[in-house]
Amino acid sequence: MGMREDELKTMIEAALPGAVVTITDLAGDNDHYSAHIVSESFRGLTRVAQHKAVYAALGGRMGGELHALQLTTVVPS
Amino acid sequence: MSETATPQATGDRIAKLVADHPVLLFMKGTPLFPQCGFSSRAIAMLDRLGVEYDTVDVLQDMDVRQGIKEFSDWPTIPQLYVKGEFVGGSDIMMEMWEAGELHQLMDGVPTRAE
Repeated sequence: MGMREDELKTMIEAALPGAVVTITDLAGDNDHYSAHIVSESFRGLTRVAQHKAVYAALGGRMGGELHALQLTTVVPS
Repeated sequence: MSETATPQATGDRIAKLVADHPVLLFMKGTPLFPQCGFSSRAIAMLDRLGVEYDTVDVLQDMDVRQGIKEFSDWPTIPQLYVKGEFVGGSDIMMEMWEAGELHQLMDGVPTRAE
């Protein structure tokens, strides 16, 4: 179970070019992360659509392998 | 032994639940005993808002547990519906809470009698 921190970051950055991705390992167990993502591509999207874009980047792993990902999406100001 | 409902029947059942309850949280566990941290966080916010809400424990209903993910096109639980509309999971609730948007969203929803 779980996923490496760098793997998570790489997948998100690949799907959202130019995004600033900050991953925090919340529990040190490769299973509880928070992801803070700043991306121009979020502009104009609802929060639900922004989070769906990140889930899409993770290619179906969200909800399965990745249960405990706390997600914050931000549009650059 | 319970029989597995067809995806269509489960979708119809979820649609009716969502339509019948102004504030409905699909969660793991119950408000008194949430079975995951994200569900617990969602409940804490709803309690603080002081609105009437209903919950569905997906751990007690395997059809809904799978069906809700397809219904909402959203991979995780909890999931909040307000006035028939999908709002998001606990992270979105938290973002909206901090922006004051969750409070606004509850306009017109009855408050809980203490």
